[in-house]
Amino acid sequence: MSTDLMTLQNPLPAIPMTRGCPFSPPAEYEQLRQAAEWHKVTVMDGRQIWMVPTYSAVRAVLGDPRFSAERDRPGFPYINQSQKELIKSSPAMVTVDEPLHSQIRRRATYAFTGKRVEALRESTQQLVDSLIDDMLAKGGPLDLVTEFALVIPSTIISGILGVPAEDHQHFHELTNKIFTLTNGPEGVAAGRLGLEAYIRELVLLKVQEPKDDLISRYVTEYLNTGELELEEVVTQIRTLLIAGHETTSSMIALGAAFLMEHPQYREQLRQGDDKIAAGAVEEMLRYLNIMHRGLVRMALEDVEIEGKLIKKGEGVLCALNSANRDAEVFAKPDELDFENPNRNHVAFGFGIHQCLGQGLARMEMQVAFKTLFTRIPDLKIAIPLSEVPFKTDVTVYGVHCLPVTW
Amino acid sequence: MLKVKLDQDKCVSGGQCVFAAPEVFDQRDEDGVAVLLREDVPAELVDGVREAADICPALAITLQEN
Ligand code: HEM
Repeated sequence: MSTDLMTLQNPLPAIPMTRGCPFSPPAEYEQLRQAAEWHKVTVMDGRQIWMVPTYSAVRAVLGDPRFSAERDRPGFPYINQSQKELIKSSPAMVTVDEPLHSQIRRRATYAFTGKRVEALRESTQQLVDSLIDDMLAKGGPLDLVTEFALVIPSTIISGILGVPAEDHQHFHELTNKIFTLTNGPEGVAAGRLGLEAYIRELVLLKVQEPKDDLISRYVTEYLNTGELELEEVVTQIRTLLIAGHETTSSMIALGAAFLMEHPQYREQLRQGDDKIAAGAVEEMLRYLNIMHRGLVRMALEDVEIEGKLIKKGEGVLCALNSANRDAEVFAKPDELDFENPNRNHVAFGFGIHQCLGQGLARMEMQVAFKTLFTRIPDLKIAIPLSEVPFKTDVTVYGVHCLPVTW
Repeated sequence: MLKVKLDQDKCVSGGQCVFAAPEVFDQRDEDGVAVLLREDVPAELVDGVREAADICPALAITLQEN
Protein backbone atom coordinates (compact mmCIF):
# COMPACT_ATOMS: atom_id res chain seq x y z
CA MET A 1 0.00 0.00 0.00
CA SER A 2 2.60 2.54 1.07
CA THR A 3 4.18 4.50 -1.72
CA ASP A 4 7.95 4.46 -1.90
CA LEU A 5 9.68 7.47 -0.39
CA MET A 6 11.56 7.87 -3.65
CA THR A 7 8.38 8.13 -5.71
CA LEU A 8 6.67 10.85 -3.69
CA GLN A 9 6.52 13.78 -6.10
CA ASN A 10 7.43 17.29 -5.08
CA PRO A 11 5.18 19.17 -5.60
CA LEU A 12 2.46 16.63 -4.90
CA PRO A 13 -0.09 16.71 -7.74
CA ALA A 14 -3.02 16.93 -5.30
CA ILE A 15 -3.90 16.68 -1.60
CA PRO A 16 -3.53 12.96 -0.76
CA MET A 17 -6.97 11.64 0.11
CA THR A 18 -6.95 7.95 -0.77
CA ARG A 19 -6.81 6.01 2.45
CA GLY A 20 -5.41 2.51 2.57
CA CYS A 21 -7.31 1.75 5.76
CA PRO A 22 -10.52 3.80 5.83
CA PHE A 23 -9.81 4.77 9.45
CA SER A 24 -6.26 6.06 8.95
CA PRO A 25 -4.79 8.92 6.94
CA PRO A 26 -3.32 8.21 3.48
CA ALA A 27 0.12 6.59 3.64
CA GLU A 28 1.80 9.62 2.05
CA TYR A 29 1.55 11.62 5.25
CA GLU A 30 3.96 9.47 7.17
CA GLN A 31 6.51 9.97 4.41
CA LEU A 32 5.85 13.69 4.32
CA ARG A 33 6.56 13.88 8.06
CA GLN A 34 9.77 11.96 7.69
CA ALA A 35 11.16 13.66 4.61
CA ALA A 36 14.00 16.10 5.24
CA GLU A 37 12.41 18.72 3.02
CA TRP A 38 8.85 19.91 3.10
CA HIS A 39 6.80 19.21 0.01
CA LYS A 40 4.56 21.54 -1.89
CA VAL A 41 1.13 20.49 -3.05
CA THR A 42 -0.85 21.67 -6.06
CA VAL A 43 -4.25 23.07 -5.12
CA MET A 44 -6.94 25.09 -6.96
CA ASP A 45 -6.02 27.21 -9.95
CA GLY A 46 -2.65 25.45 -10.17
CA ARG A 47 -1.37 27.16 -7.02
CA GLN A 48 1.41 25.38 -5.14
CA ILE A 49 1.46 25.70 -1.39
CA TRP A 50 3.57 24.18 1.39
CA MET A 51 2.33 21.02 3.04
CA VAL A 52 3.02 21.34 6.79
CA PRO A 53 3.29 17.75 8.01
CA THR A 54 4.43 17.65 11.65
CA TYR A 55 2.56 18.32 14.89
CA SER A 56 4.96 20.98 16.12
CA ALA A 57 5.01 22.86 12.82
CA VAL A 58 1.22 22.69 12.44
CA ARG A 59 0.77 24.19 15.89
CA ALA A 60 3.46 26.78 15.22
CA VAL A 61 1.74 27.96 12.03
CA LEU A 62 -1.82 27.95 13.37
CA GLY A 63 -0.77 29.77 16.55
CA ASP A 64 1.15 32.50 14.71
CA PRO A 65 -0.67 35.72 13.70
CA ARG A 66 1.80 36.18 10.83
CA PHE A 67 -0.18 33.44 9.10
CA SER A 68 -3.52 34.76 7.92
CA ALA A 69 -6.83 32.94 7.53
CA GLU A 70 -8.40 35.94 5.80
CA ARG A 71 -9.47 34.36 2.58
CA ASP A 72 -10.30 37.46 0.60
CA ARG A 73 -6.74 38.78 0.71
CA PRO A 74 -5.29 39.00 -2.81
CA GLY A 75 -3.45 35.79 -3.62
CA PHE A 76 -4.99 33.69 -0.86
CA PRO A 77 -4.88 30.04 -1.99
CA TYR A 78 -8.02 27.91 -2.10
CA ILE A 79 -8.29 24.16 -1.77
CA ASN A 80 -12.02 23.79 -2.49
CA GLN A 81 -14.65 25.60 -4.51
CA SER A 82 -16.67 26.05 -1.30
CA GLN A 83 -13.92 28.28 0.14
CA LYS A 84 -14.11 30.57 -2.89
CA GLU A 85 -17.86 30.65 -2.75
CA LEU A 86 -18.42 31.21 0.96
CA ILE A 87 -16.37 34.43 1.10
CA LYS A 88 -18.79 36.12 -1.31
CA SER A 89 -21.05 36.75 1.68
CA SER A 90 -20.48 39.04 4.62
CA PRO A 91 -17.27 37.91 6.48
CA ALA A 92 -17.42 34.81 8.67
CA MET A 93 -15.28 34.38 11.81
CA VAL A 94 -13.38 31.49 10.32
CA THR A 95 -12.14 33.52 7.36
CA VAL A 96 -10.99 36.75 9.05
CA ASP A 97 -8.02 37.73 11.23
CA GLU A 98 -7.87 39.75 14.44
CA PRO A 99 -9.28 42.06 15.60
CA LEU A 100 -12.43 41.40 13.55
CA HIS A 101 -12.26 37.68 14.32
CA SER A 102 -12.68 38.12 18.08
CA GLN A 103 -15.46 40.66 17.64
CA ILE A 104 -17.44 38.17 15.58
CA ARG A 105 -16.58 35.11 17.64
CA ARG A 106 -17.39 36.66 21.01
CA ARG A 107 -20.99 37.31 19.97
CA ALA A 108 -21.45 33.54 19.72
CA THR A 109 -19.23 32.10 22.46
CA TYR A 110 -21.93 32.77 25.03
CA ALA A 111 -23.94 29.79 23.81
CA PHE A 112 -21.06 27.28 23.87
CA THR A 113 -19.50 27.61 27.33
CA GLY A 114 -18.80 24.45 29.33
CA LYS A 115 -21.75 25.12 31.63
CA ARG A 116 -24.24 25.68 28.82
CA VAL A 117 -23.03 22.53 27.08
CA GLU A 118 -23.39 20.49 30.28
CA ALA A 119 -26.91 21.84 30.71
CA LEU A 120 -27.76 20.21 27.36
CA ARG A 121 -26.45 16.77 28.32
CA GLU A 122 -29.71 15.48 29.73
CA SER A 123 -31.83 16.48 26.74
CA THR A 124 -29.14 15.04 24.46
CA GLN A 125 -29.37 11.76 26.38
CA GLN A 126 -33.15 11.76 25.95
CA LEU A 127 -32.81 12.44 22.25
CA VAL A 128 -30.23 9.66 21.78
CA ASP A 129 -32.39 7.22 23.75
CA SER A 130 -35.47 8.00 21.71
CA LEU A 131 -33.54 7.53 18.44
CA ILE A 132 -32.35 4.13 19.66
CA ASP A 133 -35.92 3.25 20.73
CA ASP A 134 -37.01 4.01 17.16
CA MET A 135 -34.18 1.96 15.67
CA LEU A 136 -35.02 -1.01 17.85
CA ALA A 137 -38.70 -0.73 16.96
CA LYS A 138 -37.97 -0.59 13.23
CA GLY A 139 -35.39 -3.36 13.26
CA GLY A 140 -32.28 -3.62 11.09
CA PRO A 141 -30.83 -3.17 8.65
CA LEU A 142 -31.09 0.60 8.64
CA ASP A 143 -28.87 3.55 7.84
CA LEU A 144 -27.07 4.79 10.94
CA VAL A 145 -26.34 8.15 9.28
CA THR A 146 -29.94 9.21 8.65
CA GLU A 147 -31.43 7.49 11.69
CA PHE A 148 -28.84 8.52 14.24
CA ALA A 149 -25.57 10.30 13.37
CA LEU A 150 -27.08 13.19 11.45
CA VAL A 151 -30.11 13.65 13.69
CA ILE A 152 -28.24 14.23 16.94
CA PRO A 153 -26.07 17.25 16.04
CA SER A 154 -28.75 18.70 13.73
CA THR A 155 -31.35 18.61 16.49
CA ILE A 156 -29.02 20.05 19.13
CA ILE A 157 -27.65 22.93 17.03
CA SER A 158 -31.15 23.66 15.73
CA GLY A 159 -32.37 23.85 19.31
CA ILE A 160 -29.60 26.29 20.25
CA LEU A 161 -30.17 28.48 17.19
CA GLY A 162 -33.95 28.18 17.00
CA VAL A 163 -34.20 26.34 13.67
CA PRO A 164 -37.42 24.28 13.23
CA ALA A 165 -36.90 20.52 13.20
CA GLU A 166 -38.96 20.07 10.02
CA ASP A 167 -36.33 22.05 8.08
CA HIS A 168 -33.44 19.63 8.73
CA GLN A 169 -33.73 17.84 5.42
CA HIS A 170 -33.72 21.16 3.56
CA PHE A 171 -30.55 22.51 5.18
CA HIS A 172 -28.79 19.13 4.93
CA GLU A 173 -29.34 19.09 1.17
CA LEU A 174 -28.09 22.66 0.75
CA THR A 175 -25.02 21.97 2.91
CA ASN A 176 -24.20 18.90 0.80
CA LYS A 177 -24.33 21.02 -2.34
CA ILE A 178 -21.75 23.40 -0.87
CA PHE A 179 -19.26 20.77 0.25
CA THR A 180 -19.41 18.09 -2.42
CA LEU A 181 -16.00 18.39 -4.06
CA THR A 182 -17.24 17.17 -7.43
CA ASN A 183 -19.86 19.93 -7.59
CA GLY A 184 -19.00 22.69 -10.06
CA PRO A 185 -19.04 26.40 -9.19
CA GLU A 186 -22.74 26.73 -10.07
CA GLY A 187 -23.79 23.87 -7.82
CA VAL A 188 -21.75 25.20 -4.90
CA ALA A 189 -23.14 28.71 -5.45
CA ALA A 190 -26.69 27.37 -5.53
CA GLY A 191 -26.07 25.68 -2.19
CA ARG A 192 -24.76 28.85 -0.55
CA LEU A 193 -27.49 31.09 -1.97
CA GLY A 194 -30.19 28.62 -1.01
CA LEU A 195 -28.93 28.22 2.52
CA GLU A 196 -28.56 31.96 3.03
CA ALA A 197 -32.04 32.63 1.64
CA TYR A 198 -33.44 30.08 4.06
CA ILE A 199 -31.57 31.60 7.03
CA ARG A 200 -32.52 35.16 6.02
CA GLU A 201 -36.18 34.19 6.10
CA LEU A 202 -35.75 32.58 9.49
CA VAL A 203 -34.00 35.65 10.93
CA LEU A 204 -36.82 37.85 9.65
CA LEU A 205 -39.34 35.56 11.34
CA LYS A 206 -37.50 36.04 14.64
CA VAL A 207 -37.66 39.80 14.09
CA GLN A 208 -41.45 39.45 14.08
CA GLU A 209 -41.52 37.01 16.94
CA PRO A 210 -38.35 36.66 19.02
CA LYS A 211 -38.00 33.46 21.04
CA ASP A 212 -35.52 32.17 23.60
CA ASP A 213 -32.82 31.08 21.14
CA LEU A 214 -29.52 32.27 19.68
CA ILE A 215 -30.96 33.70 16.45
CA SER A 216 -33.39 35.79 18.51
CA ARG A 217 -30.50 36.98 20.64
CA TYR A 218 -28.68 38.15 17.50
CA VAL A 219 -31.86 39.94 16.44
CA THR A 220 -32.56 41.72 19.73
CA GLU A 221 -29.00 42.50 20.77
CA TYR A 222 -27.24 43.15 17.48
CA LEU A 223 -29.69 43.60 14.60
CA ASN A 224 -32.29 45.77 16.32
CA THR A 225 -29.57 47.91 17.91
CA GLY A 226 -27.90 48.53 14.55
CA GLU A 227 -24.67 46.82 15.65
CA LEU A 228 -25.01 44.27 12.83
CA GLU A 229 -26.61 44.32 9.38
CA LEU A 230 -29.00 41.57 8.36
CA GLU A 231 -26.41 39.97 6.07
CA GLU A 232 -23.86 39.84 8.87
CA VAL A 233 -26.33 37.98 11.06
CA VAL A 234 -27.10 35.60 8.18
CA THR A 235 -23.41 34.70 7.77
CA GLN A 236 -22.86 34.12 11.48
CA ILE A 237 -25.87 31.83 11.72
CA ARG A 238 -24.82 30.04 8.53
CA THR A 239 -21.40 29.33 10.07
CA LEU A 240 -22.91 27.90 13.24
CA LEU A 241 -25.56 25.87 11.46
CA ILE A 242 -23.11 24.26 9.02
CA ALA A 243 -20.28 23.73 11.51
CA GLY A 244 -22.72 22.50 14.12
CA HIS A 245 -24.06 19.51 12.22
CA GLU A 246 -21.76 18.50 9.35
CA THR A 247 -18.60 17.65 11.28
CA THR A 248 -20.14 16.06 14.35
CA SER A 249 -22.43 13.81 12.33
CA SER A 250 -19.43 12.61 10.31
CA MET A 251 -17.52 11.83 13.50
CA ILE A 252 -20.45 9.95 15.04
CA ALA A 253 -20.95 7.77 11.96
CA LEU A 254 -17.26 7.18 11.29
CA GLY A 255 -16.54 6.56 14.98
CA ALA A 256 -19.39 4.05 15.18
CA ALA A 257 -18.06 2.26 12.09
CA PHE A 258 -14.60 2.15 13.66
CA LEU A 259 -15.94 0.74 16.94
CA MET A 260 -18.00 -1.91 15.15
CA GLU A 261 -14.90 -3.03 13.27
CA HIS A 262 -12.71 -3.01 16.41
CA PRO A 263 -14.48 -5.06 19.12
CA GLN A 264 -11.69 -4.59 21.68
CA TYR A 265 -12.24 -0.83 21.69
CA ARG A 266 -16.02 -1.19 21.56
CA GLU A 267 -15.97 -3.45 24.65
CA GLN A 268 -13.69 -1.09 26.50
CA LEU A 269 -16.12 1.74 25.85
CA ARG A 270 -19.15 -0.36 26.77
CA GLN A 271 -17.72 -1.57 30.04
CA GLY A 272 -16.04 1.69 31.00
CA ASP A 273 -17.40 4.68 32.89
CA ASP A 274 -18.03 8.22 31.64
CA LYS A 275 -14.33 8.99 31.86
CA ILE A 276 -13.57 6.17 29.43
CA ALA A 277 -16.30 7.45 27.11
CA ALA A 278 -14.68 10.89 27.17
CA GLY A 279 -11.27 9.31 26.52
CA ALA A 280 -12.71 7.29 23.64
CA VAL A 281 -14.06 10.45 22.01
CA GLU A 282 -10.73 12.25 22.40
CA GLU A 283 -8.76 9.40 20.92
CA MET A 284 -11.17 8.84 18.03
CA LEU A 285 -10.99 12.55 17.19
CA ARG A 286 -7.22 12.27 17.05
CA TYR A 287 -7.15 8.95 15.22
CA LEU A 288 -9.90 9.29 12.62
CA ASN A 289 -9.24 12.84 11.39
CA ILE A 290 -12.35 13.88 9.53
CA MET A 291 -10.82 17.24 8.51
CA HIS A 292 -8.85 15.30 5.92
CA ARG A 293 -7.98 18.21 3.65
CA GLY A 294 -6.28 20.28 6.34
CA LEU A 295 -6.37 24.02 7.09
CA VAL A 296 -5.01 26.71 4.77
CA ARG A 297 -3.16 29.88 5.81
CA MET A 298 -1.11 32.51 3.96
CA ALA A 299 2.14 34.07 5.24
CA LEU A 300 1.85 37.86 5.70
CA GLU A 301 5.64 38.20 5.92
CA ASP A 302 8.67 35.92 5.64
CA VAL A 303 8.48 33.43 8.50
CA GLU A 304 10.86 30.67 9.49
CA ILE A 305 9.23 27.59 10.99
CA GLU A 306 11.63 24.94 12.25
CA GLY A 307 14.32 26.00 9.83
CA LYS A 308 11.98 26.15 6.82
CA LEU A 309 11.52 29.57 5.26
CA ILE A 310 8.01 30.44 4.18
CA LYS A 311 8.02 33.59 2.09
CA LYS A 312 5.55 36.42 2.31
CA GLY A 313 2.48 35.60 0.22
CA GLU A 314 3.09 31.84 0.16
CA GLY A 315 0.36 29.49 1.20
CA VAL A 316 0.57 26.63 3.70
CA LEU A 317 -1.65 23.62 4.23
CA CYS A 318 -1.61 22.40 7.84
CA ALA A 319 -2.17 18.64 7.65
CA LEU A 320 -4.12 17.99 10.85
CA ASN A 321 -4.41 14.29 10.04
CA SER A 322 -0.64 14.00 9.79
CA ALA A 323 0.02 16.02 12.95
CA ASN A 324 -2.32 13.79 14.92
CA ARG A 325 -0.27 10.68 14.09
CA ASP A 326 3.13 12.26 14.73
CA ALA A 327 5.26 9.83 16.75
CA GLU A 328 7.41 12.72 17.99
CA VAL A 329 4.49 13.74 20.20
CA PHE A 330 2.25 10.72 20.61
CA ALA A 331 3.97 7.69 22.12
CA LYS A 332 1.80 5.20 20.22
CA PRO A 333 0.18 7.28 17.49
CA ASP A 334 -1.49 4.34 15.75
CA GLU A 335 -3.18 2.96 18.84
CA LEU A 336 -6.03 4.38 20.89
CA ASP A 337 -5.71 4.76 24.65
CA PHE A 338 -9.11 5.44 26.18
CA GLU A 339 -7.66 5.51 29.71
CA ASN A 340 -4.96 8.06 29.05
CA PRO A 341 -6.22 9.94 26.04
CA ASN A 342 -4.10 12.49 24.18
CA ARG A 343 -5.99 15.71 24.69
CA ASN A 344 -3.36 17.79 22.92
CA HIS A 345 -4.46 16.66 19.44
CA VAL A 346 -5.30 19.17 16.72
CA ALA A 347 -8.54 17.61 15.42
CA PHE A 348 -10.28 20.89 16.31
CA GLY A 349 -7.46 22.97 14.85
CA PHE A 350 -5.21 25.28 16.86
CA GLY A 351 -4.79 29.02 17.30
CA ILE A 352 -7.52 31.62 17.46
CA HIS A 353 -9.82 29.73 15.10
CA GLN A 354 -9.80 26.52 17.12
CA CYS A 355 -13.27 25.06 17.07
CA LEU A 356 -15.86 27.09 18.94
CA GLY A 357 -18.19 24.10 19.24
CA GLN A 358 -15.66 21.59 20.54
CA GLY A 359 -17.24 21.23 23.98
CA LEU A 360 -20.64 20.68 22.40
CA ALA A 361 -19.26 18.18 19.88
CA ARG A 362 -17.50 16.23 22.64
CA MET A 363 -20.63 16.03 24.77
CA GLU A 364 -22.79 14.87 21.84
CA MET A 365 -20.28 12.19 20.86
CA GLN A 366 -19.82 10.93 24.43
CA VAL A 367 -23.55 10.42 24.85
CA ALA A 368 -23.98 9.00 21.34
CA PHE A 369 -21.22 6.34 21.40
CA LYS A 370 -21.74 5.25 24.99
CA THR A 371 -25.51 4.89 24.68
CA LEU A 372 -25.45 3.27 21.25
CA PHE A 373 -23.07 0.48 22.20
CA THR A 374 -24.53 -0.02 25.67
CA ARG A 375 -28.05 -0.43 24.36
CA ILE A 376 -27.18 -2.34 21.17
CA PRO A 377 -23.97 -4.20 22.09
CA ASP A 378 -24.00 -6.43 19.02
CA LEU A 379 -24.52 -3.63 16.49
CA LYS A 380 -22.67 -4.41 13.28
CA ILE A 381 -22.18 -3.08 9.78
CA ALA A 382 -24.64 -4.87 7.52
CA ILE A 383 -22.42 -4.88 4.41
CA PRO A 384 -18.73 -5.69 3.88
CA LEU A 385 -16.49 -2.82 5.00
CA SER A 386 -15.12 -2.57 1.47
CA GLU A 387 -18.62 -1.65 0.23
CA VAL A 388 -19.18 1.17 2.71
CA PRO A 389 -19.21 4.47 0.75
CA PHE A 390 -16.62 6.60 2.54
CA LYS A 391 -16.74 10.35 1.93
CA THR A 392 -13.56 10.80 -0.06
CA ASP A 393 -15.40 13.33 -2.25
CA VAL A 394 -16.49 15.76 0.47
CA THR A 395 -14.47 18.38 2.38
CA VAL A 396 -15.24 16.59 5.65
CA TYR A 397 -14.47 12.85 5.68
CA GLY A 398 -17.01 10.32 6.94
CA VAL A 399 -19.50 7.89 5.41
CA HIS A 400 -22.31 8.68 2.98
CA CYS A 401 -24.43 5.99 4.56
CA LEU A 402 -23.82 3.14 6.98
CA PRO A 403 -26.21 0.18 6.88
CA VAL A 404 -26.22 -1.47 10.30
CA THR A 405 -28.02 -4.38 11.87
CA TRP A 406 -27.94 -6.37 15.16
CA MET B 1 5.45 27.78 43.68
CA LEU B 2 4.20 27.77 40.11
CA LYS B 3 2.36 30.95 39.14
CA VAL B 4 -0.15 31.10 36.31
CA LYS B 5 -1.09 34.13 34.22
CA LEU B 6 -4.02 34.52 31.86
CA ASP B 7 -4.38 37.07 29.06
CA GLN B 8 -8.14 37.49 28.68
CA ASP B 9 -7.76 39.59 25.53
CA LYS B 10 -6.24 36.62 23.74
CA CYS B 11 -8.76 34.06 25.05
CA VAL B 12 -11.03 32.50 22.40
CA SER B 13 -13.40 30.79 24.87
CA GLY B 14 -12.69 27.21 23.87
CA GLY B 15 -13.14 26.18 27.50
CA GLN B 16 -10.38 23.57 27.52
CA CYS B 17 -8.52 25.12 30.47
CA VAL B 18 -11.59 24.68 32.66
CA PHE B 19 -11.70 21.05 31.71
CA ALA B 20 -8.00 20.52 32.43
CA ALA B 21 -7.91 22.44 35.73
CA PRO B 22 -11.37 23.36 37.03
CA GLU B 23 -9.92 24.51 40.37
CA VAL B 24 -7.88 27.17 38.61
CA PHE B 25 -9.95 28.29 35.61
CA ASP B 26 -13.57 29.18 35.03
CA GLN B 27 -15.49 30.77 32.15
CA ARG B 28 -17.47 34.01 32.17
CA ASP B 29 -21.15 33.32 31.57
CA GLU B 30 -21.65 36.20 29.17
CA ASP B 31 -18.96 35.29 26.61
CA GLY B 32 -17.07 32.21 27.76
CA VAL B 33 -13.84 34.12 28.30
CA ALA B 34 -11.65 32.32 30.83
CA VAL B 35 -11.18 33.71 34.33
CA LEU B 36 -8.43 32.82 36.75
CA LEU B 37 -9.60 31.57 40.14
CA ARG B 38 -6.11 31.59 41.69
CA GLU B 39 -2.63 32.61 40.60
CA ASP B 40 -0.58 30.31 42.79
CA VAL B 41 -0.72 26.69 41.79
CA PRO B 42 -0.37 24.15 44.60
CA ALA B 43 1.54 20.97 43.80
CA GLU B 44 -1.54 18.81 43.31
CA LEU B 45 -2.89 21.09 40.57
CA VAL B 46 0.36 21.55 38.66
CA ASP B 47 -0.27 18.79 36.10
CA GLY B 48 -3.70 20.11 35.18
CA VAL B 49 -2.44 23.68 34.86
CA ARG B 50 0.49 22.60 32.68
CA GLU B 51 -1.94 20.74 30.45
CA ALA B 52 -4.20 23.81 30.28
CA ALA B 53 -1.25 25.99 29.23
CA ASP B 54 -0.17 23.45 26.62
CA ILE B 55 -3.55 22.99 25.00
CA CYS B 56 -4.72 26.63 25.11
CA PRO B 57 -5.08 27.35 21.38
CA ALA B 58 -4.72 31.09 21.85
CA LEU B 59 -1.50 30.83 23.88
CA ALA B 60 -3.25 32.93 26.52
CA ILE B 61 -1.93 31.00 29.54
CA THR B 62 1.65 31.47 30.71
CA LEU B 63 3.45 29.82 33.59
CA GLN B 64 6.14 31.24 35.86
CA GLU B 65 8.28 28.99 37.99
CA ASN B 66 9.41 30.63 41.22
C1 HEM C 1 -16.38 16.55 15.65
C2 HEM C 1 -16.85 17.71 15.42
C3 HEM C 1 -16.08 18.91 14.96
C4 HEM C 1 -14.82 19.01 14.39
C5 HEM C 1 -13.85 17.89 14.06
C6 HEM C 1 -14.58 20.42 14.16
C7 HEM C 1 -13.42 20.92 13.63
C8 HEM C 1 -13.12 22.26 13.50
C9 HEM C 1 -11.85 22.79 13.04
C10 HEM C 1 -10.65 21.97 12.61
C11 HEM C 1 -11.94 24.15 13.06
C12 HEM C 1 -10.82 25.15 12.70
C13 HEM C 1 -11.01 25.76 11.34
C14 HEM C 1 -9.86 26.68 10.97
O1 HEM C 1 -8.96 26.95 11.77
O2 HEM C 1 -9.81 27.15 9.81
C15 HEM C 1 -13.27 24.48 13.52
C16 HEM C 1 -13.76 25.75 13.65
C17 HEM C 1 -15.05 26.04 14.03
N1 HEM C 1 -16.01 25.16 14.48
FE1 HEM C 1 -15.82 23.17 14.62
N2 HEM C 1 -15.67 21.14 14.57
C18 HEM C 1 -16.60 20.26 15.07
C19 HEM C 1 -17.85 20.57 15.60
C20 HEM C 1 -18.35 21.84 15.71
C21 HEM C 1 -19.63 22.16 16.30
C22 HEM C 1 -20.61 21.19 16.94
C23 HEM C 1 -19.79 23.51 16.20
C24 HEM C 1 -20.98 24.25 16.72
C25 HEM C 1 -21.38 25.40 16.44
C26 HEM C 1 -18.59 24.04 15.54
C27 HEM C 1 -18.34 25.37 15.24
C28 HEM C 1 -17.16 25.87 14.76
C29 HEM C 1 -16.93 27.28 14.49
C30 HEM C 1 -17.92 28.42 14.66
C31 HEM C 1 -15.61 27.39 14.02
C32 HEM C 1 -14.86 28.67 13.59
C33 HEM C 1 -14.15 29.24 14.78
C34 HEM C 1 -13.31 30.47 14.46
O3 HEM C 1 -12.99 30.72 13.31
O4 HEM C 1 -12.97 31.19 15.42
N3 HEM C 1 -17.76 22.99 15.27
N4 HEM C 1 -13.96 23.32 13.80
